[in-house]
Parts: sequence; structure tokens; C-alpha cells
Amino acid sequence: MSDLLLPPEHRYAKIIESRRNEDGSELSILNLGPTHPATHGIFQNILLMDGERILDAEPTVGYIHRAFEKIAENRAFYQINVLTDRMNYCSSPINNMAWWMTVEKLLKIEVPKRAQYLRVIVMELARIADHIICNSILGVDTGAYTGFLYVFQFREKIYEIYEEICGARLTTNMGRIGGFERDWSEEAFRKLNVFLEEFPVAWKEFENLFERNRIFIDRTVNVGPITAERAMEYGFTGPNLRAAGIDYDVRKAAPYSSYDDFDFEIPVGQSGDTYDRFCVRNAEVWESLSIIRQALAKLPEGPHHADVPDYYLPPKDEVYNNMESLIYHFKIVMGEVPVPVEEIYHAVEGGNGELGFYLIADGSRTPYRLKFRRPCYIYYQAYPEMIKGAMLSDAIVILSSLNVIAGELDA
Amino acid sequence: MDSALIIEKSIFIVVIFAVTMLMAMYSTWAERKVAAFLQDRVGPNRAGWGGLLQPLADGLKLFAKEEFEPNTPNKFLFFVGPGVAMATALITSAVIPWGDKLEIFGRTVILQATDIDVSLLYIFGVISVGVYGIMIGGWASNNKFSLMGAVRAASQMVSYEVAMGLSIIALLMMSGSLSLRAITEQQHGMDWNVFYQPVGFLIFLICAFAETNRTPFDLAECESELIGGYHTEYSSMKMGFYLFAEYANMFISSTILAVLYFGGYNYPGMDWVGIHWGTNIATLIGIAVLFVKICAFIFFYMWVRWTIPRFRYDQLMNLGWKILIPLSIINIMITGICILAFK
Repeated sequence: MSDLLLPPEHRYAKIIESRRNEDGSELSILNLGPTHPATHGIFQNILLMDGERILDAEPTVGYIHRAFEKIAENRAFYQINVLTDRMNYCSSPINNMAWWMTVEKLLKIEVPKRAQYLRVIVMELARIADHIICNSILGVDTGAYTGFLYVFQFREKIYEIYEEICGARLTTNMGRIGGFERDWSEEAFRKLNVFLEEFPVAWKEFENLFERNRIFIDRTVNVGPITAERAMEYGFTGPNLRAAGIDYDVRKAAPYSSYDDFDFEIPVGQSGDTYDRFCVRNAEVWESLSIIRQALAKLPEGPHHADVPDYYLPPKDEVYNNMESLIYHFKIVMGEVPVPVEEIYHAVEGGNGELGFYLIADGSRTPYRLKFRRPCYIYYQAYPEMIKGAMLSDAIVILSSLNVIAGELDA
Repeated sequence: MDSALIIEKSIFIVVIFAVTMLMAMYSTWAERKVAAFLQDRVGPNRAGWGGLLQPLADGLKLFAKEEFEPNTPNKFLFFVGPGVAMATALITSAVIPWGDKLEIFGRTVILQATDIDVSLLYIFGVISVGVYGIMIGGWASNNKFSLMGAVRAASQMVSYEVAMGLSIIALLMMSGSLSLRAITEQQHGMDWNVFYQPVGFLIFLICAFAETNRTPFDLAECESELIGGYHTEYSSMKMGFYLFAEYANMFISSTILAVLYFGGYNYPGMDWVGIHWGTNIATLIGIAVLFVKICAFIFFYMWVRWTIPRFRYDQLMNLGWKILIPLSIINIMITGICILAFK
């Protein structure tokens, strides 16, 4: 049992040495990750442990850093979408839609209502999928496996709906500048309706399994709490901030894609602990379901994309048979479309927080600079502080309740 | 001692050994089927009808796996750990009364390997040794996660063994004997101890969960924190031994629960069956009844595992020391008062 993972000049080595001299107690270093089964993704945390209690933690980021921001500088706007899929892969449609909306904001494109509503539906579906993963994995990490499998079937159903919409499941690459690549099929709506019927039953069952379970409450209440002030200082957003009691939600604060047409609540917690985060996500799923129902009820007829031939790829048969379409196709693919010189920021409410794109366009076919505001990166900064003084078991539970996704953390 | 007795006992020992192994094997199958049932899945169904050959397939697979040994200074202990776990899991069955008497070829065969007077103490002793398998294996793995699992297992065993022992004392005050056969015979018919000792039974049940390292007390191997706990570094059949020992332990503790509190092989109307249909039939039904009770407990173990989360280490200790032990002491006092008042 050597502590020799670290060089002797490392501060942990010094702490261990001084404690040994002080009272003879033996501290140890535990290397949690990068491939620990409970850290969902590749994170490393070097923990300084006193028995089972964590005295200090040192996180490492970058194990799956793929330099998306740099890659984006060399890609045309419509090609950047595939990069956003791979950030928060639990809710990739939200990332896709957020990116299209950013580009549309830059190009000042007005998207038709139908496309906006369809976007709302698919984003809320993605939010449900994201919350399903987060909350059910929290169950797995506390040792209750069954709830996870109950609701994971429904994530599968959501993926089937994605499949109907765009043909892909996990990395969806959904939509185009100005709307969707095709209108949704009958089958997609049918599957959506079946989902809306079946899922609430399972989700109710899932809630019953956990929310009043004494062991679960003991494991999560007052575990990893964060005050509203501290959360704001770190820049928390999304369910993790709302669990601390602040009702900030981009959907309400700066409505995009017609979110102001719908009537929904923002659930908030009180203490910002793991249990509150769990409950806030549970409540948000119900709100998302209600938004989807409203959007389906009010879904207007009309085109599924904006009429922007400069940016929206024409259908293939027109490209082959029609001169204008061929020219547009050529210009879009070769990147000879006009792009304004502008700096813009657009944010959406992602699965686990404010997902923002800061875009500097210099008039060329690629962004001059693109910055992703990734909520997971921010949560992970607070993680060492939150697990200090907690037990090893708590550290795992806190990580999964923050819903840190490695792909988004490292981008 | 005549040679017939030796032969008879040898055959019997082989039979219960085989039965224990078989039950442990099929517990792994049952675990997966029960989990599937509770989780709206199908479960194993490829090997054999309804997946009934799955345990064999698993065993073969584990034997065929490459064996990995960590760079540990204690190769011998690393090797001994799973063996100790397995051996202790199997020798407990020696003192369990599997049934009443059978008349075969004019011989009276007692369906118990050995009826020693201190069989309950023997069981406690063997179960206590069981933790050494985990301790040795976890320590010899030279891995911090394994060590943590081993330390957790050891402290959990120590704390819960106290409560378990205390809950048994109340039972012993009633039975006046440590022999499992005597305790079983006192519960003749429907006169089961669980009706006299409900609190003691609950305490014993909770402790049995802790002793077998099952959820919600599976902290020694909880895969979400400690990867695999004490068997993180084990592979091939050594790991198979650990897993197998867990299921054998579950079978044995279900048996002990059935024998101590649910009357063992007793069932209502056994006298009537004995008189009208013959004692052999009554005994055979008794064995079947015992196995039904055991299977019910095994199902209960699985049901709990797939329903509730696990405790945290400090909560587990609190439950053991602050709730179960005082409760079992109070139970002893109440039992004593009742014995004084009614006998």
C-alpha cells in the first residue's frame, strides 16, 4: 500500500508526511478514475483519504479532450453540428438545435412556427432522456438497479423517435440551418404519442421507488449540498442551480424557439443537496412532458424549414434537374454563402444547464472563433469542494447527481 | 460404531454437499431470473430450457478464463482467500437437520450429518471464519479498493455478529438448547418460533443480510464505489469461488432462518400424515417443506436486492450498534420477563 503515485514534492505527499509526524495517523491516496466504473466517463480524481473520509480532492480534466473549438474553426457552419452531438451525448438534439439557433441568430433567419414547435418537442424529449439517465444512474450508484432498467426502456423509446426523425440514435446530427431536413413522419408522431401514454406510468413508478425510500433519503439528503451563493459564484446553471433554490431557466429568462408560447413551471429545491437535485430533475420531467403535450396540441401546419435557399440544402432531385438548386447546392457546399461579420452569444437550457455558443464570425465560411459554454465543465470545478469531508460513497453519488458528462466536460 | 453408520453418514454427507452446490448454482440462475422478473426483462434463456443450463455455462466460462494475478507479495494468501470463503460456506450444512427420521431397510436414518449439542455455536463459529476469506483475499490483492472492501466486510461482520448473537440468546432462553434438532423438534406442527420471537426474527433476518453481504449491506463489494470490492483483482475460477460462496452462504443462512424461526421440516398436520400415510412419507414431505421455506427466503433475499439501495458505511454501523443491539437487548429482557411470568 504505497502512496507513491505522486512525486514527493506534491502537496498531498507533504500533508501525509506532516500528519504522520504530528499524530502518527496514516493518510492514504486513492486514485479514483480515470476508468473507475462509477465515474460515468473518463475523469480522474486523486483523493486524499483518511480511512473512508475524503480530506481533499484533485480533479484532472482532458482525458477525452478532442479540441472541438479548434476543429470548429476549420469547418463550415453546417459541419459543426456533428461536433455538438459529441458533447453532451445524453441529449444531443438539444446541442444540435442550440447550434442551429446560434447560426440562425447570426444569419438573422426567421424560422417558421412549425419548425420551432418541432424543435421544442425534440429538445424536451432530449431533456427527458438526459434526466432519465442522470436520475436512474444515481439509483444505480446508490445500489438500486431496478429503477434504472425500468426507465431505461423509455430512453430507448425516445431514441426510436429520434430514429424516425433523423435516422440516428445517439449522435443525432439532427436538423439544418433554418429547420429540419425533412418533415416528421406519421410514424414519429405515433411513437411520440405512445411514449406520452406509457412513460408517465413508468416514471411515477420510478419516483415511488426512490423519493420516499428511507435508505435513499439517508444516502442523499445533505450529501454534497451547495449554497445558492456558492453555486452562483461557480456559475452553476440548470437543475443543479435550481436545486439550490434559484429559479433561473434560460427557457423563461431568454425564451428561444417559441418557449414563451407554453405554460410550464420551474421546479426549485432548497438546500442544493443530492436529494434536491434528484427531485428537481424528477419534477422537470413532468414539466417537459406537459410542454410536449402543449406543443403537439398547438402544432401548426406549414413548412418545416425556413425559406433560405442560401443556407438550406435543396432536395437532391431538384439539384439534378434544376439550375438554381444546383448553384445553391454548390455554393453552400463550397462555402461561398454570405456570412455577416458579427459576434453573437446564444444559449439554450441544456439537459444539465445553460449551454451557450459564443461565435465570432469574420465573414468567411468558418467561424473565426467558437466557444462552447459547457455546464459540466463548471460543475466539475465545484466537485472537489463538494466532496471535501464526505465519504467515498458520497463522492460517487455527488458526481452522478451533478450529471457530469465526460464528453461535455472535455469537449 | 458400526461400518453401516459410517457408510450411511458418508452417503448423506455427499448428498447434502451436492445439494448445497446445486442450490448455490441454481441460486445464481434464480437471481438472474428474479432480477429479470422484477425488471420487466426475460433473463437468461439461451442455455437449455429457460436458461436452466446457464449456471453450467457460467462455470465452464469461469474455468476457461485466463487467470490474472496481481503483483502481490502474498501469492499464497491470494490463493487461499477464495478457498477459505468456499470451504466455510460449505461446512455449515453439517449440523442442519434436513428432515426427521427415515426408515430404510429396517435402519433408522437421521437426516442430519451430525447432531452435536452446540450446533448453533458451531454455525456461528464457522460464519465468523467466513469473513477471513474476504479479509485475506482483499488484503493479499495489494489494491486499495480491495483493502477497503475487506476492511468494510470485517467491521460489518463484527458489528452484526453481536446483534445476531444477542437476538439468538432470546431464542435460546425459550428453547433451552443449542442443538438445532432440539430447537426444530420444539417447533412441532405449527408451533414456530417466529410467533414467539417476531422482533428477534427481524433482527436475525437483518443480520443475516449483513452476514451474507447482500444488498442493502453489500458494501464489501459494491461495484459502484469499490469496483468489485475484495474481489476486484480476482479472475477466473477464483472469482467464481467468491461469487459461489456468496450464494452458498445465502442458501445456508436461508436454511438457518427456516430452521430457527420457521420450524424447519415441521408443517401443520405432520402427525396426521405420520399416522395415516407412514412416517417415511411424513419425513419426505417435511424435507420438501423445508426446501420450500428455504426457497422462499432465497427469493426474499433477491427481492430485497433488486428493490432497495444500499447503506453508506457509517449508516450501516449506526444501524448495527445504535439500533439493532439495543433492540436485541430489550428483546432479551422482554423474553425473560415473559418466561418468568408464564412458565
